[in-house]
Amino acid sequence: MDSEIQRSEATLRVNGKPHTLLLDHRRVLLDVLREDLDLTGAKKGCDHGQCGACTVLADGRRVNSCLLLAVSLDGSDITTVEGLSADGEGPHPLQRAFLDRDAFQCGYCTPGQLCSALGALAEAAAGHPSHVTDPALPSGRPVPLDRTEIRERLSGNLCRCGAYPRIVEAVEDVIP
Amino acid sequence: MRSFDYVRARTAEEAVEAFTTHPGARYLAGGTNLVDLMKLGVERPTALIDVSRLPLDRLEELPDGTLRVGATVRNSDLAAHPLVRDRYPVLSQALLAGASGQLRNVATTGGNLLQRTRCTYFQDPGKPCNKREPGSGCGALAGVHRDHAVLGTSPHCVATHPSDMAVALAALDARVELYGPEGTRTVDVSDFHRLPEDRPERDTEIRHGELITGVLLPAAAAGAPSAYRKARDRASYAFALASVAVVIRVAGGRVSRVGLAFGGLAHRPWRARVAEAALLGEPAAAGVFASAVDLELAAARPLPDNAYKVPLARNLALDVLTRLAPAPAPL
Amino acid sequence: MARTALGAPVERREGLAKVTGAARYAAEHHLSGLAHARAVPAGVIRGRITGIDTGPARAVPGVLTVLTHENAPRLAEPDDATLALLQNPDVPHRGWCVALVVAETPEAARAGADAVRVSYDTADHDVVLAPGHPGAHEPEEANGGQPAGHRHGDPESAFAQAAVRVDVTYRTPPLHNHPMEPHASTATWDRGRLTVYTSSQGTSDVRSVLAGLFAVPVDRITVRAEHVGGGFGSKGSARPDVVLAALAARHTGRPVRVTWPRRRMPTAVGHRAPTYSRLRLGATSDGRLTALLHDVTTHTSPVRSFVELAGTTSGVMYATPNLDVVHHVVPLDVPSPSWMRAPGEATGMYALESAMDELADELGMDPIELRIRNEPDREPAGGLPFSSRHLVECLREGARRFDWHHHVRHAEGPVLIGTGVAAATYPVMVSPCAATAAALPDGTFEIRVNASDIGTGARTVLAQIAADALAVPLDRVRTEIGDSDLPQAPVAGGSSGTASWGSAVHEACARLLNRLADHTGPLPEHGIGVRADTSGRADADCPYARHAFGAHFAEVAVDTVTGEVRVRRLLGVYAAGRILNARTARSQFVGGMTMGLGMALTEGSTLDPAFGDFAEADLASYHVPAHADVPDIEAHWIDEDDPHLNPMGSKGIGEIGIVGTPAAIGNAVHHATGSRLRTLPLTPDRVLTALNAR
Repeated sequence: MDSEIQRSEATLRVNGKPHTLLLDHRRVLLDVLREDLDLTGAKKGCDHGQCGACTVLADGRRVNSCLLLAVSLDGSDITTVEGLSADGEGPHPLQRAFLDRDAFQCGYCTPGQLCSALGALAEAAAGHPSHVTDPALPSGRPVPLDRTEIRERLSGNLCRCGAYPRIVEAVEDVIP
Repeated sequence: MRSFDYVRARTAEEAVEAFTTHPGARYLAGGTNLVDLMKLGVERPTALIDVSRLPLDRLEELPDGTLRVGATVRNSDLAAHPLVRDRYPVLSQALLAGASGQLRNVATTGGNLLQRTRCTYFQDPGKPCNKREPGSGCGALAGVHRDHAVLGTSPHCVATHPSDMAVALAALDARVELYGPEGTRTVDVSDFHRLPEDRPERDTEIRHGELITGVLLPAAAAGAPSAYRKARDRASYAFALASVAVVIRVAGGRVSRVGLAFGGLAHRPWRARVAEAALLGEPAAAGVFASAVDLELAAARPLPDNAYKVPLARNLALDVLTRLAPAPAPL
Repeated sequence: MARTALGAPVERREGLAKVTGAARYAAEHHLSGLAHARAVPAGVIRGRITGIDTGPARAVPGVLTVLTHENAPRLAEPDDATLALLQNPDVPHRGWCVALVVAETPEAARAGADAVRVSYDTADHDVVLAPGHPGAHEPEEANGGQPAGHRHGDPESAFAQAAVRVDVTYRTPPLHNHPMEPHASTATWDRGRLTVYTSSQGTSDVRSVLAGLFAVPVDRITVRAEHVGGGFGSKGSARPDVVLAALAARHTGRPVRVTWPRRRMPTAVGHRAPTYSRLRLGATSDGRLTALLHDVTTHTSPVRSFVELAGTTSGVMYATPNLDVVHHVVPLDVPSPSWMRAPGEATGMYALESAMDELADELGMDPIELRIRNEPDREPAGGLPFSSRHLVECLREGARRFDWHHHVRHAEGPVLIGTGVAAATYPVMVSPCAATAAALPDGTFEIRVNASDIGTGARTVLAQIAADALAVPLDRVRTEIGDSDLPQAPVAGGSSGTASWGSAVHEACARLLNRLADHTGPLPEHGIGVRADTSGRADADCPYARHAFGAHFAEVAVDTVTGEVRVRRLLGVYAAGRILNARTARSQFVGGMTMGLGMALTEGSTLDPAFGDFAEADLASYHVPAHADVPDIEAHWIDEDDPHLNPMGSKGIGEIGIVGTPAAIGNAVHHATGSRLRTLPLTPDRVLTALNAR
């Protein structure tokens, strides 16, 4: 039986601000954000990497924050939905596009969709292929995103309200 | 989930050392499967040895043309790497057919090989499972087993291995590089995962304390026509009902080299050695492909609800084989 | 002059909060001293607890207490027995809550829950549904008074004598609502006053339930649900999380949060019960129905009687002189079923509309023409005239937009392409509701009603209704919803929320205008407010049969290599009264169709015959459609001017989108392949097996 809770200190930079925390080793990034930092934008939809509602950017890459032990992220740079737009500015263009397209209903998957879409756009720009990318496309070049590509790349973010078609349109709106 | 110790290793030596001094330890890399299973109470480590920051995050080409993939290379980076896309398209395709963008950004090459089964009985500590709790029985035999294995099963376990990547690696004749208390060794990917037999609790041939440090992609398979195809219940973000990886070279109308492996059918990526032997040296023709694949699948022993996997695997294999090695156009 | 707000595609009022992460859901309120609780599920199917060892759990660092039936506060007996939690040692089904661990952190609560040891005496169980089950009975009424059957004419004889007959059985599996926000509640007691943040489709009802269970007057309870992450029926009544949170908060004297783990939801929050629908259709050789018999077999639990009324819509759709609708319910040792989007309509119309397609095939008739030929002039079961019915127009408009008559089945290599059509209907419901409207000295107006926004855009559409009724610009109207201290309102359910709340808002605004007309001089500091309550009128009998109708069209691609089916196009046309917000309404229609796509192709759950719970409990195995499954979806509507509905002239729109979609897709698969599959979902195993049997 456990005699004590084992903890370690770690520093996470969240939306530009450093936080040094004494972390229960069991605590995942999602719970650090929601419980310790009161950043509840990242959502707990399944807690097992099966829905994408908890998606945030870790060192610029989209990740499921529910499966990352926070203690292992010491020194990482985390961006949540709350940090997508700079202070004092309006919403990020993708957030604006979600509003314009009515790309959500209940809103619970929305922060994850937003972070995931931004991560996906960066991946495509960096030349990452997807399951639907033509294997004949030369490697190492940006992958153009049509609707089939967007749908495949966002498939790690479930939406039960069925806003998918609108989300795809919103993402198209911000493709440079 | 009980409380556990946490150690971050800087080198493989340090990791193995920490593992041996912490009874009940597990290595932590991406954690996408391990943390999931810890939350379910299936994995109950007393310590995690974090190997995610070991200097094993690169691909390098060895002098003999082998491509060495570090164990902590993330699945998304491996799938996108130009050398992989250009030389081993089957591997890139298999990786991209699995999981989601987020999971692939975190999951590692080594961790992917060590994924545990998605069998619902394995994942529920409230139900019997010989893999999780040896001797407790197999819930799937009398329960729900539509997703379960049809090849190489035992009365103790009908679980499947969930990896897509490993299926491609098997077809490529890749090897797993291991480092442990007894030193370094390599094992063929096709022999790395086990069949359940009477020890379903053992997924692989990995020894206590051993750490996967890399995967070796042989030069011989580089540039060969290859592809991966997977059937699943939804268009993305789902495990394979069945899948196939094919690497094939045809010379003078005859099969000169072939690697064929199935996913979703067995406790390990199913290397179709019988079919391969039947294909080698034979004409690249649809009838030959069909006979070879049928010979392989004749060993299938489906349960009442998963017999569909046999024709599904057959169709997948024939589709990919004929696509990669089309019959020569008539003169 | 104020522009008419109703009907306009107005942006959601809470939209900015949702896209920036500022919107707070039930588990996101940080109260001082908050404790976290986790339920322990029963590990047997049926039996009785003989002992609970909580010692190891209490020894887990951070665990505060463990509640069981031996020490939990007593509750009054609830109407809904699924809420009689920790009150006795009986286990009615696997997954039933047998203990609750309360801890300082979620991690400690999880570790504690894993450490509770329960022993049971087990009893025999039966969880397998089949037609002709010896335990089946015919309910006369179901789900709070709805008639469970209907019969007129001599259906059996008429069917036996029919020139053309279809006799088929369709099967749907258990389905799970799985809103993206799992059920969660945070409760705190302060000097006998209970405050709860919960994820619910209706907090006025939750408040009443808690008042009854805890024997506390309703005015000492506040239940809030400012933002709700979807519900689809599963949050339509108080669920275990809210009762357990209140119980644990009372026991510990601390605020307690209960969040329901995703994989525990299927056994605790309700599910769509599986159905067998036997359809017998008899017709003349020119396609006129002479008999329609719909015999449904479904299950319920021993705890809560709920009937998936899959046959009811068969009494609404088509003219027939001989009609028989009957439900057989089998109580099994299964988790309690409950509402899931279009409960009964979705399952029943899958069967009826598939059978109609089969009949059209038998007749060699276009399936749209068959439906038009059987258009009734009155509701076949109830005999009342329709307040409005534009099914034929929906079918014709849909056929035109979809280019239905020019579609031919064809192959693209190994992929077979086909198209399908199905009709849809959903009843118009409305419930009593109270609301207040106030004019404030700054020129703004405040509307207060305890509506729930589960993603529909309730705040926005209610403001539109008020702005129109008051003839003021939309930006001068504020709406307050989602708090049981507001005027009492019914749930967001049965596609009736907007009609119910909107009627009260409209009436309050009309009264306010009268008051303001009588008022001279500046408004007092607190403004002028009025209250309206539609009780006695909203629920009065109506001399008309009121239903929304729709038509669904699907184009599918069936891969003969894998048996995988993908939807290429999905189009719906609806006749649902007046559409009040074109933007949010479209989203609801499309959302319903997306869930229908899931029901058709990807979503299926299996009651484990050996273990009594659902094999597909998590989101990795229960396949909610992903982005890649969902093509561009079109939703269109025909404006109806129906004076028999409500002041807005609206019908409900939240559920009809799911109703016809599964049959349209199934019919398209048949068109593509020639194979008629009668069991959902149409997963590769089933489709490939059917293809190989051709």
